[in-house]
Amino acid sequence: MEQEALIPKLGVVTEIRRETPDVKTFRVVGVDGKKMFEHIPGQCAMLSIPGVGEGMFSITSSPTVEDYQEFSIKKCGCLTSWLHAMEPGQQICVRGPYGNGFPVEGEFRGKNLVFIAGGIGLAPLHSVINYCLAHRENYGHINVVYGSRSKDDLVDYQEILDSWQNAPDMDVFLTIDREQEGWDGHVGFVPNYVQEVGLDPTETAVICGPPVMIHFTLEGLKNLGFQEPQIFTTMEMRMKCGVGKCGRCNIGDKYVCKDGPVFSFDKLGELPPEY
Amino acid sequence: MQEELIKRAVELMEDGTVNRVLGWQKGQFVYDITPAVFTSADELKENFVYNDFCGDNLSKYLKDETEKEGKVLVFLKPCDTYSFNQLLTEYKIHRENVYAIGIECYGKADVELLRRKGIDGILDVKNENGTLKIATIYGDEEVPMMEAMAERCVNCKSKKHVAYDELIGEDGEVLDSNRFDMVEKLEQMSAQERFDFWQGELSRCIRCNACRNVCPACTCEKCVFDNPDSGLYNKAAADSFEEKMFHIIRAYHVAGRCTDCGECSRVCPEHIPLHLLNRKFIKDYNELYGSFMAGAEVGQVSPMVDFTMDNDAEPSIVQKGGAE
Amino acid sequence: MAIYKLPYSDLNQLFAAIAANEKLYLPVDISEDEAAFRLWKEGDQMTKKLNTLRSAKDFFFPQVQPLAKFRRQGQTIEIMDDRTESEDFVIFGARACDVRSFDVLDRVFLEEPVDTQYQTRRQHSTVVSLACGRPGETCFCGSFGIDAAKAGGDVQAWHDGDNFYLEPLTDKGVKLIDSVSSLLTAGDQEAVDQVVEKIHTILARLPLAGLKPQDLRDKELETFNSPKWDELSSHCIGCGSCTFVCPTCQCFDIEDFKNGENVERYRCWDSCMYNEFTMMAAGTPRKTQKERFRQRFMHKLVYYPIKNDGMYSCVGCGRCLRKCPIQMNIVKVMKALEEEA
Repeated sequence: MEQEALIPKLGVVTEIRRETPDVKTFRVVGVDGKKMFEHIPGQCAMLSIPGVGEGMFSITSSPTVEDYQEFSIKKCGCLTSWLHAMEPGQQICVRGPYGNGFPVEGEFRGKNLVFIAGGIGLAPLHSVINYCLAHRENYGHINVVYGSRSKDDLVDYQEILDSWQNAPDMDVFLTIDREQEGWDGHVGFVPNYVQEVGLDPTETAVICGPPVMIHFTLEGLKNLGFQEPQIFTTMEMRMKCGVGKCGRCNIGDKYVCKDGPVFSFDKLGELPPEY
Repeated sequence: MQEELIKRAVELMEDGTVNRVLGWQKGQFVYDITPAVFTSADELKENFVYNDFCGDNLSKYLKDETEKEGKVLVFLKPCDTYSFNQLLTEYKIHRENVYAIGIECYGKADVELLRRKGIDGILDVKNENGTLKIATIYGDEEVPMMEAMAERCVNCKSKKHVAYDELIGEDGEVLDSNRFDMVEKLEQMSAQERFDFWQGELSRCIRCNACRNVCPACTCEKCVFDNPDSGLYNKAAADSFEEKMFHIIRAYHVAGRCTDCGECSRVCPEHIPLHLLNRKFIKDYNELYGSFMAGAEVGQVSPMVDFTMDNDAEPSIVQKGGAE
Repeated sequence: MAIYKLPYSDLNQLFAAIAANEKLYLPVDISEDEAAFRLWKEGDQMTKKLNTLRSAKDFFFPQVQPLAKFRRQGQTIEIMDDRTESEDFVIFGARACDVRSFDVLDRVFLEEPVDTQYQTRRQHSTVVSLACGRPGETCFCGSFGIDAAKAGGDVQAWHDGDNFYLEPLTDKGVKLIDSVSSLLTAGDQEAVDQVVEKIHTILARLPLAGLKPQDLRDKELETFNSPKWDELSSHCIGCGSCTFVCPTCQCFDIEDFKNGENVERYRCWDSCMYNEFTMMAAGTPRKTQKERFRQRFMHKLVYYPIKNDGMYSCVGCGRCLRKCPIQMNIVKVMKALEEEA
């Protein structure tokens, strides 16, 4: 029989980095040591440990990374707790990539971009930000507004300091929810900070984070003059198959696993608000 | 009787005793009746129905209904009143938020029993003095009501209303029914015969959970079978014994609380006689601990949670290999 | 195509001849009340009941289906494909509604990426349909453009009491007819036309004959926001009866059975009516039974048609009308939405 989409391939976790107290990044390659598949920024993959569970995670690494895929995963349930407890060298079942991804070769081309993330919401944006930086000539100015509960909860903090903050034609605005010793940066919630950093309403915006943060950030962007078609987000729903058949991740007539997870807000607005 | 119920319901809404009515709503055929809440006299007059097919036990809906604002009127058939009491005993419904009218019942028909006789294309059913006159697209049929009656009604345990605020119609007596006859037959079988019987019945289970969800004794906020941490969670049969586990565990969970209302068997799409599992428990209780009827009174304690040293019970079912 | 004939009394010979070549599944009585498709064996009689309780989707999308086996030792995992290639088989006596349901399911499972287990079963099956001589009051296949008198499939069949008539419609159907041709004689179109006409007369008299679904494809939000859903869903007990007897419901779950280091991953039916269907660590977007109830009917009447050129994900078989514990069903939903429009 042909290859079955629901049956995973075998991969190996070669490196595990702690990002924050509850987020770790896992580097995955095939058993042959090579990258398992090619993907588009914003796509996801199903990771599973048989007998523990299977779950959909966004691919955090940029497609321009040639040797591996990475997944930044927050510990919140049965499978993710298991993943957090494992050691490098662990084999893992992988299938994908799934979903539409960001229109990096479409609507994003030639645009000034602003990426707005809260907490673990940076994970899906990490891939697209690094992709844009790798193809710098195709995109205009890049802004990143990123916030978390505390300094320790900022995902990819070291990379932000070392790489993003020094990148040409790119500005990174960091914020944390409450004052903290050793932090002399901005303090406050992301939706408020977005109003203050001087965004240009012609930029194309991407928001990812907890539902409340998305809600207020969207309101804020609209106040600044952003239009819904130029604001994108990536959705999260319970998924089992990843290929638009098992029937549980739909928002109206769209399956998040297949037709999403990336939607512009004008498209989302046409769908039943059930997410 | 339908008109009388509507009239009284309208009165009680108009005098402010209740602000809504939990009853039965007309369908598109004579038999496809849906439980519904009515909030106006017009709705009642237009859609309320009480006929031979109003089998649904409405008492479980009171769990949610009595959480709401204002008092709800509910109509309870004699067997429903036992569920009502049992739910009260378990603090699942707020008594002060419900006005219960007991209504008499002479047994309810089951349309599937008409289909069993090869009657289909049913357009109308009228009960004329105990004979169902059935109009179908293939011609008229006549069936005695007794032959169209659900098993739980043929073997009715009680025509007595054990709870109500007022009665419409006559109150009856607890009946000396034959409801344990089939259980006795099962007890008389050899272990293998009994196993084969249940294997045959339970192998048809599609695990739709209708029996559990309709059961007035199944009111857990989260069922063990829906809880991934319970060790019992799965949606599919791991092996041919798996479905039996579901039904046997469920029967144990409701033992001592099951009033034998028979809703489980009514809703089973596969016609599995699930009530027999519960009746076996009820029969054992009666024989081992003296007569006990869940729901007969509010506040009763089930024998299973009321052990005393005087209980001289050594049930056969604990013997290895089952009963002799 | 050509019509073939066989005396009704020779039907068992036909079954034996088919079963000699490949597996034959036939609707037979499994209890006083219900019929089900079973592997035919000598002596089995085709049921006289209108339809099987469980639909024929089970052949292609069984309730439980193994996917893969795994062995986990230390840090290593072994993956073993647990799928099986289907053998050739014949489904005999499927009704028009179930035959159409295969088209509905095809558009889900054969869309890229193809579901290989569904595909192998579809490829290896030959469907012999049977016209409905005595449709019931719960039948409304006509609402979806299905003709119960011409049931489709690879071979369509009729009987008029004396004779059984067979008409192959596809290459698979021709092959099946060829393999049993020694039992068959040439049939006459006129006799079939008479049966068809008789059935059409009955269909026109069914109480749900006039029911027509609305095209709601450009009313997705409006339909979703209809106030009718509160009342329609208010007494739904959230069981899965309707989904499990439905020939077009195809939602599934993927779960693991653990047995020490061995794990069996299987796919099984699931129901959007269940509260944990969309449950995530952070909660569920469908919090009450209203949302879950609405999802099921929006899917059948709105979402599926949007994705599939107006085709509905209901075939009017009426199983949910007969099996819902509270007698709430798609016909009542369609009528309520119609009322509002």
